Amino acid sequence: MKETLQIGFIPLIDAAALLVAVDKGFTAAEGLDVTLVREVSWSNVRDKLNIGLFDAAHLLAPVAIASSLGLGHIKVPIVAPFNLGLNGNAITVSSALHTAIMVEIDGDPFDPMATATALSRVVAKRHKNGAEPLTFGMTFPFSTHNYQLRFWMAAGGIDPDEDVRLVVLPPPFMADSIAGGQVDGFCVGAPWNSIAVDRGVGRILHFGSDILRRAAEKVLAIREGWSEKNPQIVAALVRAAHRAAEFIEEPQNRLEVARILARAEYVGVDAELILRTLEGRLKISADGTIRENHRYLLVGRQDAPRPDPTQAAWLYAQMVRWGQTEMSREGLITARGVFRSDIYDHALGSEGRPARASHPVGAFAGPAFDPEDVAGHLTSFPIGRQKKSV
Amino acid sequence: MGAESSPKIAIVDESPIRAAILEEGLREAGYTEVVRISEMQSLLSRIYALDPDVIVIDLENPSRDILEQMFQVSRAVRRPIAMFVDQSDTASIQASVDAGVSAYIVDGLKKERLKPILDLCISRFNAFSRLQDELDRTKSALEERKVIDRAKGILMKLKGLTEEEAYVLLRSTAMREKKKIGEIAQSILTASELLK
Repeated sequence: MKETLQIGFIPLIDAAALLVAVDKGFTAAEGLDVTLVREVSWSNVRDKLNIGLFDAAHLLAPVAIASSLGLGHIKVPIVAPFNLGLNGNAITVSSALHTAIMVEIDGDPFDPMATATALSRVVAKRHKNGAEPLTFGMTFPFSTHNYQLRFWMAAGGIDPDEDVRLVVLPPPFMADSIAGGQVDGFCVGAPWNSIAVDRGVGRILHFGSDILRRAAEKVLAIREGWSEKNPQIVAALVRAAHRAAEFIEEPQNRLEVARILARAEYVGVDAELILRTLEGRLKISADGTIRENHRYLLVGRQDAPRPDPTQAAWLYAQMVRWGQTEMSREGLITARGVFRSDIYDHALGSEGRPARASHPVGAFAGPAFDPEDVAGHLTSFPIGRQKKSV
Repeated sequence: MGAESSPKIAIVDESPIRAAILEEGLREAGYTEVVRISEMQSLLSRIYALDPDVIVIDLENPSRDILEQMFQVSRAVRRPIAMFVDQSDTASIQASVDAGVSAYIVDGLKKERLKPILDLCISRFNAFSRLQDELDRTKSALEERKVIDRAKGILMKLKGLTEEEAYVLLRSTAMREKKKIGEIAQSILTASELLK
């Protein structure tokens, strides 16, 4: 008998492992009959997963943690037994802001410290001249986009809550908003940076992987209670997604994958653009300049699919740093516990293998991240909104 | 409504018809302060300017994520906002998600005053979907009617049949092939296009 599952997703390229798993019949081969449901907002995905309309979902990694901690919304424990993607974001700025940063820059324009320092000079000048603060778009309060933008700016001395405005924008509105001047820049996932570049309204300043070498981006999220009751189904789903992630990374399959994702019921954008994204070969400005980085989006390579509690701890640290929650031992344990490498290993029969190499987060600024000592780590960052425990 | 003043309700919906139906329902129920927002470009600033007690938003609206930002305590927000439905009230959450509507309450308004508002929104949203379904059905019935008429015309011309005979031929063919008359009519249209 086939198990029927409803799985929600947002039309983004990092839903690839899920979409390909279903489209190529990998889920069916595992005895799963999956209906994919395309959604329009992260709030919808979260709510439908939380109340049980979805059995699983393509979800922002920080939302899975926030939901487990009861931040911003009702508390529903979530597990992430599979990581759908590492990295994949980019920071895009308007032509005007790009020019302003390049006037101020002292160093390599691909070095985020150089651009952040330059941006901080731009911000200071605007302030002195009485100009409106710069506005940046991101996708959700609990998103890597929000944390990457903040991390980058703060490293240059900008207080993201005081010196600029950060606003939530649905990804499909990003290009229009930069064209219309409502925002001066944004951080978003693929394909939306490329769409702004192709329209000639923005320029990619950084890949997310410039900010952090490894950043858990989207996870396959499942309610903890449901996962405990249905371990076989969860394992089957993990295996199907894993097979898809490996399939996606085979160079000879890339075009086929791009064509699948391009279909209207999935991501619904040009296959050529998707192919460039999967290959980490992005057009960064309207003049056709291409920047290549194989770390741009990791789906099935470099251990990307295996949930890494270090990543969860880093995301938790950002929630603490920016005042979304107070630092607590229990909070950190809960956050780390969302990323279930044990379920992943069990599903793939790889438990008990020799300990894997740990993968550092690799942030461009600050000391190496220590997942065991989040509070101590955060003392290295002067700018933040940390709530002082009374 | 009692002695308390009517809460200010903002409806965020890109469908003007549904928003109008909702507004009318709320006004009939005695809520006098209802404002519709259909322009999503400056949603947050509109909301801050209006300063509503309740925000109702359709779930097919991508701008819903923008509202989530208001939960965050930041300098731009004057009053924190909480999701109306409380954690224990899963039936309400389910009903509202099924209907495709969600409501947010601004802190300060009593929770029990929100329940009737959400219930009303849910029933109006459901009524709107039924209306939409009916409209879609009527539309497709009308389309089918047109296709059949055109197919009859072709048969009459090509085979020298009366209208009655043309219809009988369509119907008997449909019965023989276990298909709908509309499908047979459509294939006649397609064939005649190809053979032109």
